[in-house]
Amino acid sequence: MSSINEKGSSRQGLDPASIRARLEKTRGREYWRSLDELAGTEQFLEFLRNEFPRQSGLLGEGLDRRQALKLMGASLALAGLAGCAHMPTEKILPYVRQPEEVVPGKPLFFATAMPLGGFGKGLLVESHLGRPTKIEGNPQHPASLGATDAFAQASILSLYDPDRSQTVSRLGNINTRIEFIGAVNEVRAEQQMTKGAGLRLLTETVTSPTLASQLQELLAEFPRAKWHQYEPVGRDNLKAGARLAFGEMVETLYRFDQADVILSLESDFLFAGAACVRYARDFTGRRRMEAAETRMNRLYVAESAPTVTGAMADHRLRMRSTEIEGLARALARFLGAASGPESPGPLSAAESKWINAVARDLQRHRGSCVVLAGEQQPPIVHALCHAMNEVLGNVGKTVVYTDPVEANSIDQMQSLQALVSDMKSGQVESLFILGGDPVFNAPVDVPFGEALGKIKLAVHLGLYEDQTSQLCHWHIPETHYLEAWSDVRAYDGTISIIQPLIAPLYAGQSAHEVLAALQGHSTRSGYEIVQDYWKNHGQKNAGLSSKSFKEFWEVALYNGFIDGTALNPRPVSVKKGLGSATSSEPSHITPTTIVQAAAPRSLEIVFRPDPTIWDGRFVNNGWLQELPKPMSKLTWENAVWISPATADRLGIHNEDVVGLRFGGHEVKAPAWIMPGHADDSVTVHFGYGSPLAGHIGTGTGFNAYPLRTSGHPWIGSGVEIQSTGEQSALAVTNIHHSMEGRDFVRVGTLEEYRKNPRFAQAMDPPPPPDSTLYPEIKDTGYAWGMAINLNSCIGCNACVVACQAENNIPVVGKDQVRRSREMQWIRIDHYFHGSANDPEIYHEPVMCMHCENAPCELVCPVGATNHSAEGLNQMIYNRCVGTRYCSNNCPYKVRRFNFYQFGDWETASLKLQRNPNVTVRSRGVMEKCSYCVQRINAAKIGAEEENRQVRDGEVVTACQAACPTEAIVFGDINDPNSHVSRLKAQTLNYGLLTDLTTHPRTTYLAKIRNPNPEMKES
Amino acid sequence: MATEPLKGSPHLVPAPLIGPGYDYATVTDKISSIVLTQKTPRSWIFGFAVAFFLLMVLMFAIGRLFLLGVGIWGIEIPVGWGWAIVNFVWWVGIAHAGTLISAILLLMHQEWRTSINRFAEAMTLFAVSCAGMFPLLHLGRPWMFYWLFPYPNTMKVWPQFRSPLVWDVFAVSTYATVSLMFWYVGLIPDLATIRDRSKRRVSQKIYGILAMGWRGSAAHWKRYETAYLLLAGLATPLVVSVHSVVSFDFAVGIVPGWHSTIFPPYFVAGAIYSGFAMVLTISIPVRKVYGLEDFITQRHLDNMAKILLATGLIVGYGYVMETFMAFYSGSPYDKFMIMARMTGPYMKFYWALIFCNMVVPQFLWSTRVRSNITGLWVISILVNIGMWLERYVIVVGSLARDYMPTMWYRYSGTAWDVATYVGSIGLFLTLLFLFLRYLPMISIFELRQLVPPEKRPTAPGATRATVEG
Repeated sequence: MSSINEKGSSRQGLDPASIRARLEKTRGREYWRSLDELAGTEQFLEFLRNEFPRQSGLLGEGLDRRQALKLMGASLALAGLAGCAHMPTEKILPYVRQPEEVVPGKPLFFATAMPLGGFGKGLLVESHLGRPTKIEGNPQHPASLGATDAFAQASILSLYDPDRSQTVSRLGNINTRIEFIGAVNEVRAEQQMTKGAGLRLLTETVTSPTLASQLQELLAEFPRAKWHQYEPVGRDNLKAGARLAFGEMVETLYRFDQADVILSLESDFLFAGAACVRYARDFTGRRRMEAAETRMNRLYVAESAPTVTGAMADHRLRMRSTEIEGLARALARFLGAASGPESPGPLSAAESKWINAVARDLQRHRGSCVVLAGEQQPPIVHALCHAMNEVLGNVGKTVVYTDPVEANSIDQMQSLQALVSDMKSGQVESLFILGGDPVFNAPVDVPFGEALGKIKLAVHLGLYEDQTSQLCHWHIPETHYLEAWSDVRAYDGTISIIQPLIAPLYAGQSAHEVLAALQGHSTRSGYEIVQDYWKNHGQKNAGLSSKSFKEFWEVALYNGFIDGTALNPRPVSVKKGLGSATSSEPSHITPTTIVQAAAPRSLEIVFRPDPTIWDGRFVNNGWLQELPKPMSKLTWENAVWISPATADRLGIHNEDVVGLRFGGHEVKAPAWIMPGHADDSVTVHFGYGSPLAGHIGTGTGFNAYPLRTSGHPWIGSGVEIQSTGEQSALAVTNIHHSMEGRDFVRVGTLEEYRKNPRFAQAMDPPPPPDSTLYPEIKDTGYAWGMAINLNSCIGCNACVVACQAENNIPVVGKDQVRRSREMQWIRIDHYFHGSANDPEIYHEPVMCMHCENAPCELVCPVGATNHSAEGLNQMIYNRCVGTRYCSNNCPYKVRRFNFYQFGDWETASLKLQRNPNVTVRSRGVMEKCSYCVQRINAAKIGAEEENRQVRDGEVVTACQAACPTEAIVFGDINDPNSHVSRLKAQTLNYGLLTDLTTHPRTTYLAKIRNPNPEMKES
Repeated sequence: MATEPLKGSPHLVPAPLIGPGYDYATVTDKISSIVLTQKTPRSWIFGFAVAFFLLMVLMFAIGRLFLLGVGIWGIEIPVGWGWAIVNFVWWVGIAHAGTLISAILLLMHQEWRTSINRFAEAMTLFAVSCAGMFPLLHLGRPWMFYWLFPYPNTMKVWPQFRSPLVWDVFAVSTYATVSLMFWYVGLIPDLATIRDRSKRRVSQKIYGILAMGWRGSAAHWKRYETAYLLLAGLATPLVVSVHSVVSFDFAVGIVPGWHSTIFPPYFVAGAIYSGFAMVLTISIPVRKVYGLEDFITQRHLDNMAKILLATGLIVGYGYVMETFMAFYSGSPYDKFMIMARMTGPYMKFYWALIFCNMVVPQFLWSTRVRSNITGLWVISILVNIGMWLERYVIVVGSLARDYMPTMWYRYSGTAWDVATYVGSIGLFLTLLFLFLRYLPMISIFELRQLVPPEKRPTAPGATRATVEG
């Protein structure tokens, strides 16, 4: 309408308001007469012409009265609708030739890789009509073998996080990329004069060949510029240990699939690190106890705080982190791997006995054992491990060395320190921070944030506007790995091309693009950069020049990795005289070795990355925030872990707020008493506590970084702890850790199993089949069932997040978790067995058991939960009125209720993530594990199209697919040859609470431990 | 039963059921004046104001509940049922005395019931209203409540008849309907009396409509007596059935502490117990305020106290048997549950309930206590509290400690649980106050039968009350 006044202003048009005013005055017959009159006016025709230019041709000379009236009526009707814009006609067409792969309703899978800590894990990402919705592992990728960890599963949510930074900003104000390029060009111009003397780059760990090549090119152009690397969960001790042992940095790979005896000195190799998924598979592969095996590997772990790996140990030695070095030295001497003085830290009689037994066991398994150390341990411990492996003949068998995978394998702590001292001294003019939040997570004695103030131009590339971006002049939104082209190497060097699944949701740029801009190629896209690298250098560098580039590229993308890029094993030998004197050790590692010389019983502090939000990068990820931490079952925050005995001594109770003072800095944090923790030791998890962590993350947990210094990034002695008298309520999903004698996790030793393979079934035999009055109902078609092997389950949580992603499970928040209203369909039950100080720790994933005789079904008044002919216990959300009777009557308590509208129906970006095949539930509705019925049906439809039965292994539930250790097996139990049937036929197979005659379809294989007979009496 | 004096008791002759000096006319005057002529007592206005305020609290709590969801309450997984279901069972229990007094005592020719039956029936009706509200409110999607009814629909979906909740729907709605009918039928002759005595046009109209044309002819009386007896017969099984069915909600479940065959009789006894306690709690102040000591006499209170004692003993037996069976059954879950009840996080609820329901009623063995009205009133209130605690222990205590220790969780109600409960008491009291003010709270025509023969009119045909008393 407004166009009239604009267009027709020169020609005295009649405005619609006055037409309406004239019409309003008329009534009845008069109406028509005045309409007639109106139509006759020249002004009115003019009005029409302006209002409907497309139809104005109709109003030509030959227009008769009748036709004019028709048009007039229509146009007046439209004229009355003031405010309705007239939309131009823009024709759309359906596909004439449909893209070959795209079938609406059928997902596509694309191979890519997720970088974390610089290293990649190969993925297959499910995409529904262009929206990535679910992450799966890439079965052919060496770091995945088809499985993922919880971080990879949850990373899809980070992609759609509405709190991600969305625009380029300068000094906090929205700006444009063009302006930014201008600023970068100025930097170029300035730095070209000094050969880059004032230019610095700070990245996280880089393994990407393309990025490395870009950085090399840039450093060639600006020879005096420097490239620094830092991330809080680095590998400095590991690298220093390798240098100490071999004189050079080498990568160490372990072949747990060939190891019979494993000794881990605080290494959480099953849960953390670039290879954890692969290692978990390899490790559990030798203790699955399927097919009536009677051999299994044996794991020894010495550690301070219980970890996922420690919980799997056959012998776990609870020991302070600072004392593990003494253990390593004693062991190395025993094995003849090191000479030198007597043990620097006094070992107790029990510890000495433990060491002797372990040493003899290792010696009995020469060439088939592994000794490894965790990143927290000082370099000398790593070096001693290398020496022990060499002495034990493991090198080349269970332990393999390769060239470093990192593009530039440097000591990151030194690198950051050097950068900060340059910044402070005013040598740095322009700093480009490509990823990471160093202002938040740099060690407290490396004042990165303070030094930033001295820089002329600081640019921060990051997924979020965080503390670093607050202090930088420019903030550039970073692309998520699912949005941008890149490449990455896995733990063994295998290169994957990271291909994007979706165009950047916001104005994101990748590190490649920012670097290209700095190189003066601001128009180059990430795609061109990555492809050009591989076209020009990469193929040659990787020794793959035989194929045509197109073929190479397509195969690489299709496979998700570039075949043959794994690094080759290389021979190295340990330097002589290791452990004899500390003089051979590089000076920068001495602080950690001084630690153990301090007063032995002063309280030590151990830093670890948080098991769910890692170094803080996932702090705004609701799935990971609400994911119960593997050992403590805490959600939404971190706490200070102390052992029960130490807590007693210090008078600290659970949820007491304590003050922690270390290195002159103090933080306040809630305490959590952790059974199995070493005495006189506290563990803090860092990652939480950033004041700028988005809607989800802000205000969760406490910040442990202020306690972390460059000298003691992992362990330190002399922490002071005192109760503040305050209380802080924690949200824990599992309060009660005792089985109350109810055989939920059935455990036996290997010896017991050999004597009586049916020991687990004898513990609580199921009632005879005739103990119910009702006739047995036999499903004749498919009968879906699940078996969970407790021997391989490590309790890593990957299944929980996978289920959450697959089934659109909402996040409820800390307050609701405290009310026990968490919604995850799988919970990992966590049990302690034995003394509170040093218990055995067990995990058991529990989801809906799909009871054949389900107590929930008969109590639902509206029949909203019922049984399918294939044995599925189904929830009909539409029918549910929410009496919660089913949940009350479920002995396994696996049902979850939407007490509020937990499902987010509002946030637009989160809608994209949802699995279109699963309902987003409303308030007041019960839900629970469905055995991924959508996947079952997809497989059945596929099979029916081909007129065949669903094959074994064709239906893979989300939890099963994610499980790194293949602990979860699903299939048709009516097929006696299916994997699940074979497992259920095992003597270890048992069900939970079978004495209630529920006949659960999900059963468990009892856990076998393999204790060293020599250590039996202790 | 209770009309026979105990041997050795000083009361060799049963105390009269009506004060001395009353004849037909004075009985009618006295009761109908409360409705028609007496000035509304200040205490009524004050009481009604409080009750109405609590009703508004209920409305607010319900409004918030419908807006946000049942999450405003303390329920969780594993304790999926909390205060709402406790309140439901408690109110249903209270609703028991009315029918018992009206129907069973009528059939057993217990004349003393007449001065309290109207009152107890009204209480039943209001308690059922409160009770019926809770299962509806506690639904996750309360707007779908009608799916619990077997109604014809295009989807041909029926309720799931194996679920005790469906039985509940039938049991409670049947009980509510029959109670309403019984109460209303019982009211008709008295409504006619009020109609005829009222001076104001509006009340004549209203009571006239409600009296359904009652003229008090012999034919009316004949049919009336038959209908009333039939309704009494119909209501009698309901006394047993309603709470048995409510107990099935628990007994059918497999939760340790619920799954028990003793539940139906034990719940019924408990219901009668709490019902009589509530009748006492309310009738004691009412008889005082309205000066009805001559109609609700010491003997009535004494009889009710004796029933309280008897049912209290049955309930106590139930507690003992529950404990015994937990150990005798050999089920480790039951054993654990009973130990958790006695020593676990809800032990203070358990021991409070044992005190209120098992220890306190033992005082009623003493005639002195039974004749002490204040003491009786306190005991009746303690029994009401004890019965609420009993349901809390059963519902919450059992769910919080069932099979999977990893899913054991603490439960506590929120302010909204309390508001809904207190609000339901407001609803109950509001209805009760309206009843006291606008309807004859004691059955006039039945009470006139208690008038001693020498005071009755001698005219033939007047053995029954005539309309103009």
